[in-house]
Amino acid sequence: MPIDMRQFHQTFFEESLEGLANMETELLRLEKAGAENGQETVTADLEILNTIFRAAHSIKGGSSTFGFEDVVAFAHVLETRLDAIRDGRLRPTRKVISLLLLSVDCLRSLIISARTGKEGDNSAIDDVRRQLESLESEQPSSPASTVPVSKTPQGKISHWQIMFRPHLHLFHTGNDPLRILRELNDLGECHVQADISSLPGWDRMKPEECYLAWKIELIGPISRETVNEVFSWVAEDCSLEIKLKPMQSLAPRSIAEAVASMDAQAGTLRVSVPKVDALINTVGELVITQTMLSLIASNFSFDNLSRLFSGITQLERNTRELQESVMSIRMLPLSFAFNRLLRLVHDMSQRLGKKVELVFHGEQTEIDKTVIDRLIDPLMHLARNSLDHGIELPAERLAAGKPETGRIELKAYQKGGNVVIEVRDDGRGLSHERIFAKAVERGIVSSSSKLTPEEIAELIFLPGFSTAESVSDLSGRGVGMDVVRNNICSLGGSVEVASQAGRGTCFTVRLPLTLAILDGLSIQVGEHTYILPLVSIVESVRIRPEQVSRPAGSSEMYGLRKEYMPFLRLNELFHIESRSTDLSQGLLVIVEAEGKKAGLYVDDLLGQQQVVIKNLATHYRKVEAISAATILGDGTVAMILDVPGLIRLAHAGTGHATPPVGDAPASTTATPTLN
Amino acid sequence: MESVHALDLKGPQTHEKQFLTFRLDGQDYGISILKIQEIKGWDKITPIPNSPAYVKGVLNLRGVIVPVIDLRLRFGLKEAVRDIFTVIIVANVGGRLAGIVVDAVSDVINVAADQVCEAPEYEGQQNREFIKELAQVDGKLLVLLDLDRLVNPDSLDKTTAATSVAVNG
Repeated sequence: MPIDMRQFHQTFFEESLEGLANMETELLRLEKAGAENGQETVTADLEILNTIFRAAHSIKGGSSTFGFEDVVAFAHVLETRLDAIRDGRLRPTRKVISLLLLSVDCLRSLIISARTGKEGDNSAIDDVRRQLESLESEQPSSPASTVPVSKTPQGKISHWQIMFRPHLHLFHTGNDPLRILRELNDLGECHVQADISSLPGWDRMKPEECYLAWKIELIGPISRETVNEVFSWVAEDCSLEIKLKPMQSLAPRSIAEAVASMDAQAGTLRVSVPKVDALINTVGELVITQTMLSLIASNFSFDNLSRLFSGITQLERNTRELQESVMSIRMLPLSFAFNRLLRLVHDMSQRLGKKVELVFHGEQTEIDKTVIDRLIDPLMHLARNSLDHGIELPAERLAAGKPETGRIELKAYQKGGNVVIEVRDDGRGLSHERIFAKAVERGIVSSSSKLTPEEIAELIFLPGFSTAESVSDLSGRGVGMDVVRNNICSLGGSVEVASQAGRGTCFTVRLPLTLAILDGLSIQVGEHTYILPLVSIVESVRIRPEQVSRPAGSSEMYGLRKEYMPFLRLNELFHIESRSTDLSQGLLVIVEAEGKKAGLYVDDLLGQQQVVIKNLATHYRKVEAISAATILGDGTVAMILDVPGLIRLAHAGTGHATPPVGDAPASTTATPTLN
Repeated sequence: MESVHALDLKGPQTHEKQFLTFRLDGQDYGISILKIQEIKGWDKITPIPNSPAYVKGVLNLRGVIVPVIDLRLRFGLKEAVRDIFTVIIVANVGGRLAGIVVDAVSDVINVAADQVCEAPEYEGQQNREFIKELAQVDGKLLVLLDLDRLVNPDSLDKTTAATSVAVNG
């Protein structure tokens, strides 16, 4: 019976992509090791090399099993080269490592196009493969080859496009185009195409004139000077166009698309075996407890009452343990997100000519997988920002008395129910004058307004705000910090910035540990129960009715210890009957979100409990001021209040008007959602 | 369930479709049975703040939060007193669940293609968009509803503004 291999494809793709990520990390480690030794040539660590080789080898094996010929062919070339490095036949220089990194990209895009079934642009991949193939012949036999590698920037292989159109009288000058073409051919891989369009008819053709033109593609480690030299004799007698063909990037868009579609698919989760073991243990205990309880129930007498109670206590403990171990399965170390930055920083610092060291602290801190997946983009953006705007060029740094190599530090730690991630650089810091000037120019603030440094720093989170002097493809397109903030807010977190001129910038990202369970306080309003997230509660006080005021006909305010905040009557906000209209009968819960406070008038506080978050939008839609729903112990549904949404409502002064339903900007509502 | 299966076998040959029929303010309505997940009795429903009046709230359906729509209010009819016949029809439209409160369910019937006709259009007609077709069954008029439109969250949005004004006005 033929086996349908397609059922294994998914596993293969996942394993391969994971293997590639490993290769990438290891290659970067290899390079870093070399940099620390201060050598151009890296002394290869056999352990690292083996890891890289194994990854390439299993991709090759897997793809040949499943018949992805493109992937096999490429992986084979890569494997051969890695083998050569392992045997010491090929020295892993910086250039070789860059090429290997590029190969990782190629393999990744090949695998992704195999997965999506879409044919990608293969010319760039072929290009890399050619370079890989030419590596060996060039490297060991002729360490000082005729074309010095150092002549081209970073020793890169260049792809020249030359349009050579000799003038008619070329032959009269004693030059022969054939000689030029031969010479070019000696330099590297050369493809020549003759252009015969200006060739006249036989009757009008003069044998001493040159009618032909050539289009030449030249590939190899060749500098512009070398090419110019070839043409130096004929430069006066021809029109010459020498262009560097831009190295095709490996369609990063399609990779991003594929990754996005990966997220959309119900992704799988890799779980360490100890975690599963712990889960099975807990389930075992739960079964024992259940057996014990049903035994007590089947021959129940009041003598057994104490045993029943102890059984229920045990059940409670088992349930909590079960919950913890199930949750821990969803938890992944942040290094998953951090490692993605290694490559970005490596590539970018080379491109920008900056020297940067990326340092991680606490990357083993665990956080929900959903959070990790959606955290990668904002983190990449923050790192990119630090590199592009923060870290100065080496010369500038030396002039400022700082070490030549900049430092970007990612630090993660747990604090209460939150995970805090700091992205800190030791660059030039935010330029408050420039931000302010830009904000005035954009009409965001008036030039006469006086803002504190903190307020100015906050401006960078506004949409369309970028002070980059030139728009690069790296950052500074104005789609920046506002997107970062929105992404993080949509995870129920927050992001803040602190900066010191000349000393650096620090972004602090705060995220909830998990999106699935929330510590809440259940409150009663009329007949209804609502859940307030515990993190947003500051305190609760008994209401002093004389402190409620309504200045100048605006919405109500409450004065608490000389601090004034909006006074929100939940019953009016939600159009429900309150238990009593007497203010002193109720309680005031002071909540805080995004740095703003508000007082919520509720009838009663019922108690603190953990609730499972159920998304309302799954079968309905988002509701303003409600972040999600949950199911209470008695099986009824309770709404989880969205504190930032409520506060926005209050600060907008619409506490008494009917709020327009459903037009809450989805991006700014802090709605933790489950996938 | 037995009889449903028997009818099902007959279905494809005669180009008949099956509808669940229910009663609302004296009128019979039908919904394609393929869209029905289950029928359940009245349960505790938690209201959603600031939502249109006909969205009664949400229901805990074995751990899934399902919005419940009162079809009487949706059609602008008077709200009925709940009795033992009041049921919630849980429909599954493209993966989204929604509960529909109706006065009582009646039957599952087969409707042949030649029994169905287009709903006529006339002036001052309300809720025309929810009516898919009309059918004559045993001399009685059966209104076949377009469930997709009825429970679509977007169409819930559209009518929201008007309703909330009405509620507060």
